[in-house]
Amino acid sequence: MNNVTVYCELDEGKIADVSFELLTKGRSLANQLNCKLEAILIGHNLKGYEKMLFPYGVDTLFIADDKRLDPYATLPHTSILVTLFNEEKPQIALMGATTIGRDLGPRVSSALKSGLTADCTELEIGDHEVTRDKKVYKDLLFQIRPAFGGNIIATIINPDCRPQMATVREGVMKKAIFNPLHKGKIVDLDVSKYVDETAFVVKLIERHVEESKVDIKNATVVVAGGFGVGSVENFGLLYELAALIGGEVGASRAAIDAGYVGHERQIGQTGITVRPKLYIACGISGQIQHLSGMLDSSIIISINNDPNAPINKIANYVIQGKVDTVIPKMIKYYKENTK
Amino acid sequence: MKEYQIIVLAKQVPDTRNVGKNAMKADGTVNRSVLPAIFNPEDLHALEQAIRIKDEFPKSTITILTMGPVRAAEILREGLYRGADAGILLTDRAFAGSDTLATSYALSCAIKKIGNYDIIICGRQAIDGDTAQVGPQVAEKLGIPQITYAEEIISLTDDKIQVKRRLEHGVEVLEGTFPILITVNNSAPHCRPRHAKRLMKYKHTSTLSESQDKSEDYLVTSMGNQYIIKEWGVNDIECDREQLGLGGSPTKVKKVENIVFQAKESLKLEDNDEDINELMKELITSHIIG
Repeated sequence: MNNVTVYCELDEGKIADVSFELLTKGRSLANQLNCKLEAILIGHNLKGYEKMLFPYGVDTLFIADDKRLDPYATLPHTSILVTLFNEEKPQIALMGATTIGRDLGPRVSSALKSGLTADCTELEIGDHEVTRDKKVYKDLLFQIRPAFGGNIIATIINPDCRPQMATVREGVMKKAIFNPLHKGKIVDLDVSKYVDETAFVVKLIERHVEESKVDIKNATVVVAGGFGVGSVENFGLLYELAALIGGEVGASRAAIDAGYVGHERQIGQTGITVRPKLYIACGISGQIQHLSGMLDSSIIISINNDPNAPINKIANYVIQGKVDTVIPKMIKYYKENTK
Repeated sequence: MKEYQIIVLAKQVPDTRNVGKNAMKADGTVNRSVLPAIFNPEDLHALEQAIRIKDEFPKSTITILTMGPVRAAEILREGLYRGADAGILLTDRAFAGSDTLATSYALSCAIKKIGNYDIIICGRQAIDGDTAQVGPQVAEKLGIPQITYAEEIISLTDDKIQVKRRLEHGVEVLEGTFPILITVNNSAPHCRPRHAKRLMKYKHTSTLSESQDKSEDYLVTSMGNQYIIKEWGVNDIECDREQLGLGGSPTKVKKVENIVFQAKESLKLEDNDEDINELMKELITSHIIG
């Protein structure tokens, strides 16, 4: 009761990275709150998975193992979480802001009439005072996220409803083993008590899993373009530079909305979070929503013809100029200096 | 032939994609009033899916439902111009300050009042919040299944619908029963433009509040028009007021701030051969690239 719970997501039988990241965060929140960390794993053939989860500090692992629960389907997974949360009454419930977490989280929150904050970039514990009522809420979860298209940062709280639910994108929190020898207990759930037959009304007809061709998250160099790149043709220059220096091409949301590149390349709060050695921002003004996804890059170069672009403040190098004249020069001098 | 009763959920949003310098106030906050109010882009994708169903099953009806201030009737008209049959504006001070949960509760009460529906379609998320929560929350409140991240409705029969949805690394085809709620992804086809004849037919359509604001001459024409958009307030729907608006919202905004990033000592370079040559040399010698 009153613990921190993480829904662990399975992707083709593998526990998603975001779940380990949330367990790491969940462990530190549980320590602060002096409560237990619980994990929920729903799927099929889950024997042995506890070995991967306990080192992250999981005290109690709830397992729902049934052939019909794999792959993920909305209604059965919702039903398990809602029933379990009604029994266990966690104070905090976290899940990944993935296609699964964003399908499941709102459903669960709606059933429990509990608040849910999407795409948090930070989670902290703090007190909240309502001066008017002279009331202090102790140890609330501060759910911090950029809002309003990423132009401001908001701190959201759920003073009265439990669990306090939040989703977090992959790569936003760091994953770290708590203790390799940590052992928790396993609770096997009797699936028939948690899911009604009627929950299997939506059927999976077919599924192709395509490994993503772009791997921006693990790239050591990212060449990212914004609205200021100006055209699909100019984006071609970014691909050329990225290929040459061994990087990947990313983009800001404005560039994607303009149709310059596909949404799988979006960097920022609602896209991918990156921490490359080198980040070259081309024609990106630097909304908070974008900056929060690339702030931890080691070296940042900003190419922008606006000397006052907000991104310049966090850049190590600022080149004032047009993308379509600067990049060809970078290509030229890279080639000359590596001959 | 089968006909489907379709409800499209849509939202009027400030165009946060183009927050220019004139939209920033001196204190660094966003001045919402200067941002244009637009039809949420993914809700337009949703409308397109609804119109495609109607193309195939012409006896189907499309009702657009939106919750917002009186001016949100603009997107209902826009929907009529593009292919919807009716519009409902849910507007009341009692809804102000709603978070996603309170919004989905109000919408679900309005949908129950509409009563007869087979398919509810909405955009995956709105650009002013990006939460992607209202669709699934409405489905849960109505006790119906959902298919999120939809890209295409593949087939419809009397009692089944097949939908292709986009996952992180691939696609999935799901088959559901009616009624069902579908949220449409940004990778789905764009909405068709306004239809000239529909524009002529619906351009004087207005809500009661809008009609009252206009001059008397105009009032006569619009009242004589059979296509007035319905306007529902809190008294028109059956609901528990405790669950509406700010009071019915479990999440509260504790604070909003303009983030100040730790400014770096940046090196300013010119767009000339010498500066860029030096930069590339430095990046190579320090093994950052190459």
